[in-house]
Amino acid sequence: MEGNEAMAWGAVASGCRFFAGYPITPATTIFNTMLKLLPPLGGICLQGEDEIASIGYCLGASMGGLKAMTATSGPGISLYSEHISFAIGSEIPIVIVDVQRLGPSTGSATRGADGDIQFLRWGNSGGLPVIVLAPVDVRDCYLLTIKAFNLAEEFRCPVLIASNKEIAMTRESVDMDAVDLPKIIERTPPPSGKPFIPFEASLENQIPFFLPIGGDVIVRQTSSTHGADGYITTDFDEIARVQDRLKTKLTSKVKRFSYCESYLEKDSDTLLLTYGITGRAARDVYQMCKSSGSPISLLILKTLWPVPEVLIKEKAVNVRRVVVVEMNLGQYVREIERILPNKIIDFLGQMDGRLISPNQIKKALSHG
Amino acid sequence: MGSLLNKSRPPVFCPGCSHDRITQTLDRAFMNMGLRGEEIVIVTDIGCSGLFDTFFNTHAFHGLHGRALTYATGLKMAQPDLHVIVTMGDGGLGIGGAHVLSACRRNLDLTLLILNNFNFGMTGGQFSATTPSTAQVGSGFLNRLELPFDVCKIAASAGAAYVRRCSGFAKNLSEEIENAVRFDGFSILDIWGICPGRYTKRNRLTPQVIEESLAKMPPIKSPVPENQREEYGRHYRNLASEQKQVSPPKKITVQFDPIEQKRMDVVILGSAGQRIITAGEILCLAGLTAGFQTTQKNEYNITVLRGHSITEVILSPQAIGYTGIERPDVVLALSQEGVDRRKRLFDSLDNSALILQAPGVSIPSCKGKILQLNFKSQKIKSTDWALAAVIVLAKMNRVIHLEMLKSALKYKFRDNLLESSLDLVKRVCVHP
Repeated sequence: MEGNEAMAWGAVASGCRFFAGYPITPATTIFNTMLKLLPPLGGICLQGEDEIASIGYCLGASMGGLKAMTATSGPGISLYSEHISFAIGSEIPIVIVDVQRLGPSTGSATRGADGDIQFLRWGNSGGLPVIVLAPVDVRDCYLLTIKAFNLAEEFRCPVLIASNKEIAMTRESVDMDAVDLPKIIERTPPPSGKPFIPFEASLENQIPFFLPIGGDVIVRQTSSTHGADGYITTDFDEIARVQDRLKTKLTSKVKRFSYCESYLEKDSDTLLLTYGITGRAARDVYQMCKSSGSPISLLILKTLWPVPEVLIKEKAVNVRRVVVVEMNLGQYVREIERILPNKIIDFLGQMDGRLISPNQIKKALSHG
Repeated sequence: MGSLLNKSRPPVFCPGCSHDRITQTLDRAFMNMGLRGEEIVIVTDIGCSGLFDTFFNTHAFHGLHGRALTYATGLKMAQPDLHVIVTMGDGGLGIGGAHVLSACRRNLDLTLLILNNFNFGMTGGQFSATTPSTAQVGSGFLNRLELPFDVCKIAASAGAAYVRRCSGFAKNLSEEIENAVRFDGFSILDIWGICPGRYTKRNRLTPQVIEESLAKMPPIKSPVPENQREEYGRHYRNLASEQKQVSPPKKITVQFDPIEQKRMDVVILGSAGQRIITAGEILCLAGLTAGFQTTQKNEYNITVLRGHSITEVILSPQAIGYTGIERPDVVLALSQEGVDRRKRLFDSLDNSALILQAPGVSIPSCKGKILQLNFKSQKIKSTDWALAAVIVLAKMNRVIHLEMLKSALKYKFRDNLLESSLDLVKRVCVHP
């Protein structure tokens, strides 16, 4: 199956029962697959009149108690922006897939790229953190979608998946029996006996309990700056507390969801660092270097945001040099430069619709 | 049933604002209908109409400008028994126009109350989609250049089943609201009102003027006779319940030993309509029956039955890393436009490559062994060339063998299609 189909199956396995999307290459086959999967299960799949509506439907359905997902590509993720901000600030669980295609703008619909990596992080008003996961192959599309739902539900936040046309529309054999499924996480209702305060959160886990709009207890949701009671607030201290909580509820727990694949060689002074589809070429390079007797270490990040800083520092501790490879002209490399100021950071980027090949990576490695 | 007004948050409108009266009347309508707060959600967007959700002890959902109908749609689909009331100003009506139109077309049971006061009150009285061209507003001369629209006319022609307009000062406003809420489908109530903070500072508008203007408007029949139909949510659930459950992705059993335990890259260059992608899929399935891992990438035009169609298949005994093909082991050249699309690929071929060349297709000079396919003399239709070329490969024991291929065909096809493909296997000769 292709990556997009795997995401749809992963979503359904996670308990997703609502999908809305607007047709756009290369994300359309997620919509197509959800349309086949959800209705027979009693779920709902809608085609929005545009991308703003599609994600708006999802926010409504999510607050109505359903696990919800939407999927698009660069031009659509741009339109999602206002609702991503809403989901962050108002703690609405949702999984958002960006099947990246070559930009800027309408760019090339059928060419892959990883050009939205910083946009996914910063394309919201207010600049609060989001979780972004990046699959490498079709198996990841399945597994990371499940993990994305778990994170969205647990942390009450949008979780974005940075896919790529080259994963999404490449068909691949997958041994589903060998996929180790995580436990499915559901939203936590409040303990009974106390009045429900929609955005009240304990100091330790920092995440408000969830009740759906439409249930027996009245629930308020708002995109405006609000206090625990869900009403607009002008109290600076309360505003500061909420903003800080929205930030630290994710950043303080990133170690728990720092997903990656790493192959560390103790004789190597170089760490090859990449993510997404380029991870596949990097795996080849790692094997080639190993069998030729000059091994390198490899780190493929699957959690991109919040930046898994502790993990990256740990994996890079023994190397002198880090070579960052990405399908854009230099985005995530900025984070690596920031958190590893004492290492030599080299960069290989390409943004022409072609995959970065193992030979290109080998060349970049040998230029150190 | 008691008032649903939120005692701790009394309405905070400018003195004389018709929103105030509408708030009180909406409450009366809820009381008359005997509704509890838990049975209602008020969905709002931005502007003065966006304050409504805070004045009621009901479920509430306040979001971005013009998008209230999108949240309302998701909520109603998730909670079909909930009364979903959307308030929106004439500002939200303009910016959310696409959502209004599709709500009209869809007929989901939502109630849209348009609090139409002919300007953007909250931001300083700029012109909206309903501001008269003659009005003096906060947008200078710009509104003189544009015509206001009549949302009722638009809604009716977009398929809204229930469309009414009335004055915010009407004596029967509660009844109007109740009728709209009770309607089983999408209902719009265009409520004309007065914005004393901005609009009436420079424009004469009184309840009486509103009454007179409404009387001059073309009458609308509501419910709109030609737009009566089944409510969307129920209709959706009915049709959804008829959909067949999809079986999970196929599992392929490993039954054979492969010809060789090495990675093989195959590119099929053809045209739309030659079933290139199906041939690629069969190659993958065949590989899977011998324990290979496979990837398949396709490239084709947006047109159907016209233009190139290319598939790239990798079969490998190990996990496949890089999915690009730099030096194919086999190229099936089945149409000129496919070959032309990937001319540079032929430069990369080495002596061990195999090229199967279909009749009438010319290929650039290259290394590798070229085998001419005589499909024309074998009377094989061009729509079968791709599969026939894969059969030739299997008969040559390149990449896959015949048993793998036959097994793949059994996974892919059923009944007549399976029979005709197995018949093709018999008919195709490597060297006729």
